[in-house]
Amino acid sequence: MNKVIPSLEEAVKDVENGASIAIPGFFACGVPRALLQAIIAKGTKDLTLCCGCGPLVGASDELQQLVKNGQIKKVIDSYGLFRSMSKGLADPFEQGVRAGKIELEVFPMGTLAEKYRAAGAGIPAFYTPTGVGSVVEDHVITNIEKNAVKKETRNISGRKYILEYALQPDFAFIHANIGDEDGNLRYQMTARNFNHVMAMAAKITIAEVENLVKPGELDGNSVHTPGIYVKRVVQVPRPKFRISID
Amino acid sequence: MAKFEGLAREMIALRISKEINDGDYVNLGIGIPTLISNWIEGRDITLQSEIGMLKTGPLADGEDVNQDLINASCQAVVALPGSAFFDISESFSMIRGGRMDVVVMGALQVNARGDYAGWANPARGLTVGNIGGSMDLCAGAKKLFLAMEHTTNDGKPKVLNELTYPATAKGVVNKIFTDLCVLEVTPKGLLLQEIFPGLSVEDLQSVTEPKLIISKELKEIEF
Repeated sequence: MNKVIPSLEEAVKDVENGASIAIPGFFACGVPRALLQAIIAKGTKDLTLCCGCGPLVGASDELQQLVKNGQIKKVIDSYGLFRSMSKGLADPFEQGVRAGKIELEVFPMGTLAEKYRAAGAGIPAFYTPTGVGSVVEDHVITNIEKNAVKKETRNISGRKYILEYALQPDFAFIHANIGDEDGNLRYQMTARNFNHVMAMAAKITIAEVENLVKPGELDGNSVHTPGIYVKRVVQVPRPKFRISID
Repeated sequence: MAKFEGLAREMIALRISKEINDGDYVNLGIGIPTLISNWIEGRDITLQSEIGMLKTGPLADGEDVNQDLINASCQAVVALPGSAFFDISESFSMIRGGRMDVVVMGALQVNARGDYAGWANPARGLTVGNIGGSMDLCAGAKKLFLAMEHTTNDGKPKVLNELTYPATAKGVVNKIFTDLCVLEVTPKGLLLQEIFPGLSVEDLQSVTEPKLIISKELKEIEF
């Protein structure tokens, strides 16, 4: 099945206002930058961006644009703020969070990984030990008080666990090193991070790939994400970014 | 309050490196813990980075820098013979599943029961913060060490009777390594095992809230 889409614009054409989009990346590593730029160009509003570990801290130019255009309603992440408090105070995204104009919902990173994996695997919820002993076991961590929903816990074999729910975004924007026309994907080293679980989780998965190849040119033994999870493939130039965290 | 002179951050990292055994799988948090990687080159210690890498190599520079190869502190690193890459749910399966022999984290506060705070500083004025992988690492570590400055910049204790910042996890810390001392968390309280050369136990106690238990084998911090 040929899933190749000729342009970024066409790849995101059905992303409507109010959509939720999974954004992989560990800070700047493995972020689908070209697709983020496409959604900035499209101007889609009221977005919920479902992250894993600070892709928007990494892709800070794109984040600033999205905030400036008023496109973000909510971000879900484990590491959504600048590490440095002084830098955070000057950051328009954090200012939006502070003012309650943007919601920031926070989960532990491994819990987020499992929320995406569970969504892709048909598991509605799961129990995890992560967060027991912190406020994470009591309620959802968010800057919007009314959304701080209480959580359930349960003792299993003498240990306390927290019930966490699967998270299924409407779309996932994926960045892969190689993709074939069937949508099979392969990532490069640590740029894999959240890409695979997010590709599994979303209703519609759109992959930007640095190298687009014909079926058979990507060895079946080397596929990280099988094409069944991927709806569209679009070729992009290899992005360049700054490696650092503040 | 005056701040006592103690170990440089690199030396706290060196001291902790002596506490890690050959054959251990180890995860290092952001800050002082990451510096430990400079002291274990050549030893049979395998670093796991929660981004999805086993056998993480040293920091990369020059032509070795690859934007697709970073550690969990967002620093460019190199791969070693035998390095492995995997996705994030695999990575956290190892972490929660109890495969980490040693986890070393930074901390803002700790108490004598082994509770610690590190994910949110209330001074930022937000109910949200950066949890990252810290809580998962606490849930699965066989041994959890903290690497931290003993006091705030203005000399106030960070080793407290009760945390005033939100806890990362409770009852999980095994040992605390600061610029001033090495403390073991025991059921009876904090056992002082090693102290910065020249610092008196009284001076250390004056910047430490919980009453310290003094080890019979108390010695100067050893490398």
